[in-house]
Amino acid sequence: MKPYTTFDHTADLGLAITGASEEVLFANAAFAVFDIITDLGRVEPRETRRVLVEGDSREDLFINFLREILYLYNGERWLLKELRVITIDEKALEAEARGEPFDGQKHEICKEIKAVTYHQAQVRKTPDGWAARVIFDV
Amino acid sequence: MSEIKLRRLDEYRWEIPREGAMRVPGIIYASDKLMKVMGKDESPKQVANVAQLPGIVKHSLAMPDMHWGYGFPIGGVAAFDINGGIVSPGGVGYDINCGCRLVVTNLRREEIRPQMAKIVNALFQHVPSGVGSRGALKLSRSEEKRVLVEGARWAVKNGYGSQGDLESMEDGGCLPGADPEAVSERALERGKDQVGTLGSGNHFLEVEIVEEIFDRDVASALGIEVGQVAVLIHSGSRGFGHQVCDDYLAKLVKHVDKIGINLPDRQLACAYIQSTEGQQYLSAMACAANYAWANRQMLMHWTGEALEKALGMGPRELGMRLVYDVCHNIAKIEEHIVDGKKMTLCVHRKGATRAFPPGHPALPQKFRKTGQPVLIPGDMGTGSYVLVGTEKAMEKTFGSTCHGAGRVLSRAAAIKASKGRSIHREMENRGVLVMSAAKGTLAEEIPEAYKNIDEVVNVVHGAGLSRKVAKLRAVGCIKG
Repeated sequence: MKPYTTFDHTADLGLAITGASEEVLFANAAFAVFDIITDLGRVEPRETRRVLVEGDSREDLFINFLREILYLYNGERWLLKELRVITIDEKALEAEARGEPFDGQKHEICKEIKAVTYHQAQVRKTPDGWAARVIFDV
Repeated sequence: MSEIKLRRLDEYRWEIPREGAMRVPGIIYASDKLMKVMGKDESPKQVANVAQLPGIVKHSLAMPDMHWGYGFPIGGVAAFDINGGIVSPGGVGYDINCGCRLVVTNLRREEIRPQMAKIVNALFQHVPSGVGSRGALKLSRSEEKRVLVEGARWAVKNGYGSQGDLESMEDGGCLPGADPEAVSERALERGKDQVGTLGSGNHFLEVEIVEEIFDRDVASALGIEVGQVAVLIHSGSRGFGHQVCDDYLAKLVKHVDKIGINLPDRQLACAYIQSTEGQQYLSAMACAANYAWANRQMLMHWTGEALEKALGMGPRELGMRLVYDVCHNIAKIEEHIVDGKKMTLCVHRKGATRAFPPGHPALPQKFRKTGQPVLIPGDMGTGSYVLVGTEKAMEKTFGSTCHGAGRVLSRAAAIKASKGRSIHREMENRGVLVMSAAKGTLAEEIPEAYKNIDEVVNVVHGAGLSRKVAKLRAVGCIKG
């Protein structure tokens, strides 16, 4: 089962993501974004990129993290296959992303996710782990 | 929307009375029928949220195509006193200067009917569109910065269209005050190869036929007549504008904490217009607005080339002329009369169109008599409207009107509703030939995902915010 579901927002795309730990939540969020953008079956983890993010709070960190993740494709035309969180606290995160540059012959872009919004963004601890909700501009 | 009270003022207006932290009341323009749909989502609450922002003048307004956005509602209009008021990137939106342009041609409906497949195909091949589309052009950093400062003028200088086109665009296709230094390296990177591309999502290029004229004199002054073939282009500032908005949102979310503005939604992050941060945003926003005008100017140029190629005719025979170009995601510094007093305001139009009346000093001579043309695209099966601005819009809505049909179905619901259907075939049966880069986009943009455009336009016409001039029907459509 996928670690995320989509929910309805009139103009845009809502994502609800879960994870057993905070590390897994962030990794799953990165997966969800690229699972929507492309067919991950065709992306190989050939290159590694370091992701460093800071934030004022957990939500802020989460939004800033998604910003960086989205920029990998929107700015650098690079597709993420998987992500591993190395360290995380409420205000900073270090992670390692693996993937490869977009290649029109090999990869398919299914959907553009243009930006992440603060609107109703939420990161919280649940009895089973962690959960987050966020709305993207598509 | 439970806690929002709505009080009906007249046939077309509903008030959200001032309550709690609201500084002004909210006013929503809608018919009974549209209000029933709007009442279902969170957009009325968003109108009330915007009413809480510092320096807001008179009302937090919403047009009849309003729907749930993030932060500001889409279809929202809000004006702030430049002294003590704020500017908000979220009040402009991600796609800064997303807008429409309408061109008419010498072609007649009968001439193109047998050629439609060829025309749509040529447009699809010749005009870069689709998810992450990149243009035929890759700009050096210094050239890109010239685009940001000069807007459509840059495009004209470089052989895309003619000098005369500039008169038929809001602000002459160039917003002053653009400063590339206010723009991040990331924005420049994203913008370097997307100028002259349509993009994806709700952006499109549509071949239309003028079907009905409501105001003969104005239509004739604008060069519009029944049976004429026209093209409507809907696109914006692409990844560049998105990056500018995103960069400033991140910056201003921190900034509001520092200056102690309490926000009901962080997506409403803002800065005082007169502050360094506010001025920087306006300079960066102007860069994105100019990028969008250059973009649409190039798209128009390639549209002309594609039509000439498909029909085997020269530019003179085709006779393509720009009617007008509007932006519907923007913040502008404008003069308005508020309670009898002249004020300088920063008018945010997020999914709303400027609608200046005849005689307005900001209009070039050719539109002084008619009023400013307003272009309202419908969904892909319907076509679009040409209207003109009115004095009443100046009085009531800071010279603003609606911008489109406005979504009613979420993208997910639209995809669900289109399962097992051939949208291409359905559109063809309606007489619209569609080509799209991605199959998903078409499903998301099915006609029933939008409000009825006639209903929306009848509200702004009935309320006097703009006047109907002509209605166009779509016959061909290129979707990203």
